[in-house]
Order: sequence, then C-alpha cells, then structure tokens
Amino acid sequence: MAGHEQVRAGPAHPPPENGVRLDVRGLEVRVGPAGPDVVSEVSFTVQAGQVLGLVGESGSGKTTVVLALLGHARRGLSISSGEVLVDGVDLLRLPAAQLRAVRGARVSYVPQDPSAALNPALRVGTQLNEAIRVHPGAVEDPGARIREVLEEAHLDASSDLLRRYPHQLSGGQQQRVGLAMAFACRPSLIVLDEPTTGLDVSTQRHVLDTIRSLCQAYGVAAVYVSHDLAVVGGLVSDVAVMYSGRVIEAGATARVFGDPLHPYTRGLLSAVPSPLQAMKLTGIDGQPPRPGRRPAGCAFAPRCGFVTAGCRSQPPEPVLIDARTVRCMRVAQVRESSTGAATALTGAAPAAVGEAPVLSVREVSAGYGRRPALTGVDLDVPAESCVAVVGESGSGKTTLARCIVGLHRNWTGDIRFEGSSLAVSARDRPRQTLRRVQYVFQNPYTSLNPRKTVGQIVAQPLEEYLRLGYRERSQRAARALADVSLGADFLSRYPDQLSGGERQRVAIARALVVEPDLLICDEVTSALDVSVQAVIVELLRGLQAQHRIAMIFITHNLALVRSIAQSVVVLRDGAVVESGPVGRVLDRPGDPYTARLMQDVPKLARPGVPGPPAQGAAASEPATP
Amino acid sequence: MTGIAPAVSPEAAPPARTGRHPWLSVLWSTARTPRGAAGLTMALLVVLVAVIGPAVSPHSPNDLATLTFAKPSGQFPLGGDFLGRDVLSRVLNGGWLLLLMAVAATAIGIAAGAAAGMTAAYLPGPPDGIIMRTVDVILAFPQLVFALLLLSLLGPKLWLIVLAVGLSHAPAVARVIRSATLDIAERDYVKVAELQGMRPAKVMTKEILPNLISPLMVEAGLRLTYSIVIIAGLAFLGFGQPPPTANWGTMINENRIGLQLNPWAVIAPAVLIALLTIGTNTFTDAVARVTIGVDRRPEEAALLDDLGPEQA
Repeated sequence: MAGHEQVRAGPAHPPPENGVRLDVRGLEVRVGPAGPDVVSEVSFTVQAGQVLGLVGESGSGKTTVVLALLGHARRGLSISSGEVLVDGVDLLRLPAAQLRAVRGARVSYVPQDPSAALNPALRVGTQLNEAIRVHPGAVEDPGARIREVLEEAHLDASSDLLRRYPHQLSGGQQQRVGLAMAFACRPSLIVLDEPTTGLDVSTQRHVLDTIRSLCQAYGVAAVYVSHDLAVVGGLVSDVAVMYSGRVIEAGATARVFGDPLHPYTRGLLSAVPSPLQAMKLTGIDGQPPRPGRRPAGCAFAPRCGFVTAGCRSQPPEPVLIDARTVRCMRVAQVRESSTGAATALTGAAPAAVGEAPVLSVREVSAGYGRRPALTGVDLDVPAESCVAVVGESGSGKTTLARCIVGLHRNWTGDIRFEGSSLAVSARDRPRQTLRRVQYVFQNPYTSLNPRKTVGQIVAQPLEEYLRLGYRERSQRAARALADVSLGADFLSRYPDQLSGGERQRVAIARALVVEPDLLICDEVTSALDVSVQAVIVELLRGLQAQHRIAMIFITHNLALVRSIAQSVVVLRDGAVVESGPVGRVLDRPGDPYTARLMQDVPKLARPGVPGPPAQGAAASEPATP
Repeated sequence: MTGIAPAVSPEAAPPARTGRHPWLSVLWSTARTPRGAAGLTMALLVVLVAVIGPAVSPHSPNDLATLTFAKPSGQFPLGGDFLGRDVLSRVLNGGWLLLLMAVAATAIGIAAGAAAGMTAAYLPGPPDGIIMRTVDVILAFPQLVFALLLLSLLGPKLWLIVLAVGLSHAPAVARVIRSATLDIAERDYVKVAELQGMRPAKVMTKEILPNLISPLMVEAGLRLTYSIVIIAGLAFLGFGQPPPTANWGTMINENRIGLQLNPWAVIAPAVLIALLTIGTNTFTDAVARVTIGVDRRPEEAALLDDLGPEQA
C-alpha cells in the first residue's frame, strides 16, 4: 500500500547542509521555576528523513520531552534550560507569536488518541482546511494540498470523506486524518505521541508504513514516542531509551535492541513477548521514581540487578561504548554478562486431553439491543489449562467474558460449568457458582473501590461468598497478597497509593482468595506498561500452576498468547474463526485472518532469538513463503 | 532472571493522599485553601455570635428596656427596636435556633435526596421513572412556595418548618446524586460487588455512597445556604417562632418600618444572615475545588501521577 512513487513534491524547507533537522541540546524541564527536574540532560539529533524512537515506561518523561520539542510545557512545568534547534532555529528562544506560527507549519504534532484530538463538531474537511489556513502563505492552493495529503495518507479524497464528521470514520481513518493534518504544511519536524496505540495490528502496521514513507519522501525528521518496543523496533532507525527523565541509552536501533547495554533496556526487551516463540517474560518489577523523589545516585538503582554501593551514591555520567551512549557505571560488567533476554520456554504444559472441560460454551449468541456482538460461539476450557481468546477490538471477546460471568444478560445458548448450565444473569446464580468463576477486569484503575483499603478489598469476597469471620478473613487476605508478591504493609493502603501493576495484583489476589476453579482475565495487562505486563503474566502463569485452576486469558496481543496459554480461540466480528492448540494455530494458521494477524503483529529482533525478516517500507504485500 | 528488583520495594510507595477519614480530610484540606479559610472564618464568626450570644447578651431580649427605635447609645450599642427592646440582645439571642433549624433541614434534605437519587439511578426498572417524575413535579414549585404550601396545610409548627424546608431540598439533591450514581454504578468495582452476590442495598451503602462524598459535601454546603435563607425568609413572612422570641428573619420584618429612625435594627440581623450565607457558600465553593483534585477520575489520576503529588 505504501510507496514512494505516489509522493510527488519535495520538502518545503531544504534541510541544513549537515542534514540535521532536529538538534536537542541539554533540554531540562522543571516543576515550577525552581522545583525538581522532570527531565534533564536530554540531547539528541535527528537527520532529515529519519525517525527517532523515544521509549520508556509511563512516567519516564517521554511526553514531557516531545511537548518541549514544540516549545510547550504542561501546566505546572517549565522548560528551564536547553535548546531545541529545528533547521538551526532555537524554538525555545522564539517570541510567542513566532512560536505559534512555527507550530503546525514547521513543527507538527500527532497526538495519541485521534478520536479525542479531532473536534467532533467540525467536518474533517473544515479541520484540514483550518490547519492550513491558520498559517497564511504556507500553502499556495489549500484545496489541492488537502487532496494531495489525503492521498499520501491513503485516504480517498474523491469520496465524501471531507464532508464527514470524525465519529463517522474508523479509528485508523481518524489517525490518517491526523497524519494528513500534520503533514499538510510540509513540516521539518513531526512529533508522534504513541499514534497507533489504540489501533488494531493490521491498521497499525499500515499507519506505520505511511509514516515511514512520508518522512523519507519529504525529508522530515520525526520523533516517535512509544512504550511498545516491537513497534519502535520495526519503524525507527535510532532509538533513545528514557528512564526517570534521563536518556539512559541511545544509538542505532539495531545496536541498542540487538545488544542492550543498560540493565533497564535489557529489562524492557526481555519483557516484550514474542509471537514467534514461547518465552519466559522477565520484566522489571517496581516503578520508576517520581520527580523530586529520585534516589541520590542512579535513578534505576532500586530496581537494578547490577547495583553496587557506588550506583547509589552518585548519578552515572553518559559513556560512549559500542557506538551508543549509555548512562550506567556498571556498563562493562553488564556487557560481559549474558543478555538475560529471551529465555525460551520449552515444554509448556500440554492441554489436558480426554477429561471433561471445566467450562464449555455452546452456540452462544449475544447482542447489545438489536446489534449482534457474538454469533454461535463455542469454547471449551479443559481443567488446569489456559485458553487464550484473541481478537481485535470489537471482536466480542469482552462480551463473551461478560456472558460467562453473567454481567451481560442479553445472550442465548448454553454455558456449562462443570456439567451444569449457568443462569443467564449473575443475579440468578447461586453464590457458590459465582465464587468458583472469578473475573479480573481490564482496568485496575476502575476495578478497585478507591474508598476501601487493599485489605478490605481482598477480604470482601471472603465475607460475601464464604461468610468468614474477621480474623480468618484477614489471615487469608494477607496470604493472598503474599501470593501476588505484595507485602502485608499493603493491607492498609488505598488504591490511589498503588501503581498500575500493584493494583492489578490486588485485583488478582481478590479473585484468587476465594479459591476459584476458573479465572477469567480480561485484557488484564492492556492498561499496564510492557515491563509490568511481563511481571503480571509470569505471576498469572505461576499462580495458575500453583492453584491448579483453569484460566481464560483474553487479549488483543497475539504475542502474549504463547507465553501463557496452551490453546487459543481467534474471534472476529463475534464469531470463532479458528481454535486449537497454540503451536498449531500460530505456526500453521488454518484461516487467512489468523495468518494476517500473525503477519501484521509487530515483531522485535531480539538477542538470542531468530529475528523476523526485516520490515521494509513495502512489506505490506502478503508474504508468500 | 537477571535485572529483577525485589517485588516489594517500600520506598516506591507514595505517601497517603486521601486519608483514612475522607470526609475530614476533605474538610481539612479545604480549610487550608485561602478561599476555604475565608468562608470558614465568615461562617464561624456568625456561628460564634449565635452560639455564645445568649450567654453574653447585656439585657433580656424581651425587656422593653429603651425607647421605640432609640438611636444607638453607650448602654444600647445598636439602639432599640419597634417595641423599645435592646437590638443587640435580640441579635445575640435570635440566631441559634435559626442555625439549628437550617442544619436539621439540610440534613433531612440531603438524606432524603441522596436515598432517592441513588435508588433511582441504581435499581433497574420502575423506581427511576417514579422517583424522578415525582422530583420533576416538586421542582415545578419554587422552594419557598412549596414550603409555604406545606405550612399552610398543616399549620406553622417549628418541626414542620424544618421538615418542609428539608423536603423542599430533596428533589434538587436527588437529581445531582442520581447523575453522580449513574457514573459510579458503571465502574468495575460495583460490578465486582454484584458478582460477589451483594444485595443492592448493600452495594449502594458500601460501594457507591462512600464515592459520593464530594457531590454530597458540595450539596450539603449549598443546601445549608438555601436553608438559612428560606428559614429566615419564612420567619420574615411570619412563619417562625411566635413573638416575642427573637429571630433574625422576624427582626428584619418587624423593624423595617423604623429603617430611617434606627437602621441598625434591620442592618444587624441582615448583615449576619448575609455573612453566614456568603461564608457557607464560599466554603462550599472551596470544597468543590478541592474535591475535583481529590476525586479525579482514576485515569486522570494516573496521568497526573507522572508529575508527582506536588502539583497534582
């Protein structure tokens, strides 16, 4: 779909002679005028036509950096020092009026959520027009330019697209409109803040291809922020890894991802699941320190496996080693040690055969009003095994889970749990049946009552299902917390004192404390960082084996499936496309849809694991092996 | 397994923000904002006058101690009223019952309104329609008219005034609480409670009610202001304690004919009522501003946590 030949015009602003479009030097952003720094000592350059990936966990300062590239700081923050040179002009020294003129014309921004970034009350055409006309003189013929950028973004300009409102477009189309808007004035620098996070893998891949080809065609320097290392690895030429407001490792993507030298980069990479091979995910436990609460020495020291006393006493200076800069005192020792990434899992427990399934779903159809969400879904969960339910957003995976637990009431068919049919609604099910099927919600930020302590939250099901006394409840709650690696000091904390990963552990502890026979995990890691996702997935796998329970693991991330499940069900538009053992379905997909998903899922070249074929700009034709 | 830190790192835990007693912590942090402190000071000043007033009043409020509409003098700093009673003493004695009635009426209004609003929003089926249509009908009457209607039907008794004013608050409270409940009832932790087989009444009191603190506090402050105005207004119209009991609302009415002779007999109670309502209203406003910070939606909180609690 993507192709350079479609792109006609050259860049509006010729790049400087050395080709450096963006040069960031010593950028520092502080809380207030003199508070603690949020990001500091951030320097990098981006050549014309290149894409720099900025990666790190949430809270690492990525978004703060890219907003500073536009000369903007969030409320309460201020850019205290540094230079942002775009084609040699320092944006941070421009007067307000000139800065406004530069934004959107020379420097443009593509936000994370296209549905929130487009004005829902204005037609697409009006908004595109506005983006151009706000910079008088930047474009000679706005109408022609709009047609041109729409075509470049692979949108059909001839259709009635321009007269539509944003809600009448799909997520992918919305993001393409956002891209078209960003490229409309032929900028020198474009900043992309996780623009494909909410998109399905196939759409994501096409959008990424478009970004890459447009940047190359127009000599645009791009900074691409993402927490998804697999996406970044396939897209960008250079990468900068951020932690706690500092760039801790930066260099060519192949080097940094192929042979990471900072313990944090290693941790991040070993947390990325592979769609090609079952891996033990390690991840990084804990959370990054907040600005103002950073330790005296290296900010990563509390979470680092290579830590020494020296790390804790003074912050590391960046060193140049193996053609990249690394901010670690122990880099020599890290380099000598094995990569630690990609521990392949061998001999994952095979699905139990011949036994009666714990749960069997037959011919289940469900809908919202008259709109069908599921049609004739069949699913079997064998005892003590994990079944992954995979599908894109809108495929009906969450609806299926909610039918099974009885939260969605508008369904027909038969769901049998240990041989007996379940009532449609949870209200009509006996308490003990409710207890034996536990559900962990997607978003740990809404599934814990903010007014209750962790102890109350975990003990509550013991009171409701089992009517246990206070002492017994407290003991079992503490034990359940220990199971998910949370100490007894968490009992008296409130959810807003916990990180996302800790919240999800509490939710898991609440489900397991009543000793269920079936655990349903609905996208439990999608709201979490990759590093935390790895920890949670490993935790779930360990607990599933330890408690010998059956599990349904719902996810949109095909790569995760191998790391946790024995069999998989692929859903599309509410119907089962394919199901079977994980190895068979993912390696030899019987359905073209599964094959396409497997092909489009971003794959990361990693140390120790055979890498994927290089993803070129024109790699979107179906692969013909 | 290289590079893994211990699972529990105590130093990573941020300090407590919403405290053990959410109501108190909201009140406390409100009182520490400039706006909250100003409102609280004004309101407490009037409360102080009303509460310790009877103990320090120089004369009996009902003695005909001076002349009709006497000018202020050393012995009678605020002069005399229309019967020649000491205005200062009547001001000092005329507040505590008004305050008590206003607080009681507010409590009734909040309790009834919150119960109706939560029930309407959470229970499926007919209750919503029945409750909210009833609310619409009552809302069609102005509050004062609704209270007057009840009083003229049943006669002017003090407890009836409190009840009438309280019930006249309920519909507006019910509307606010209903919409807040609709939002909270969709949160996953409510679904969790339902999956645990919790009865609806328990879900409402244990899961939903504690999360309604901020709208309830804002409503309580607002309704307290209205209660004061309406009860004082009813007293002005003659529905209050029977004469000769001192009452700020009644004082304004009975002394307005002498406004040119001794304006203090009207100004003093009017200023106190104004100060009280402005104070409670300002404090309520501050509560609303504080709770927006405390009760941010969880997703927002997660985003703001990037920056640490200092500026959140």
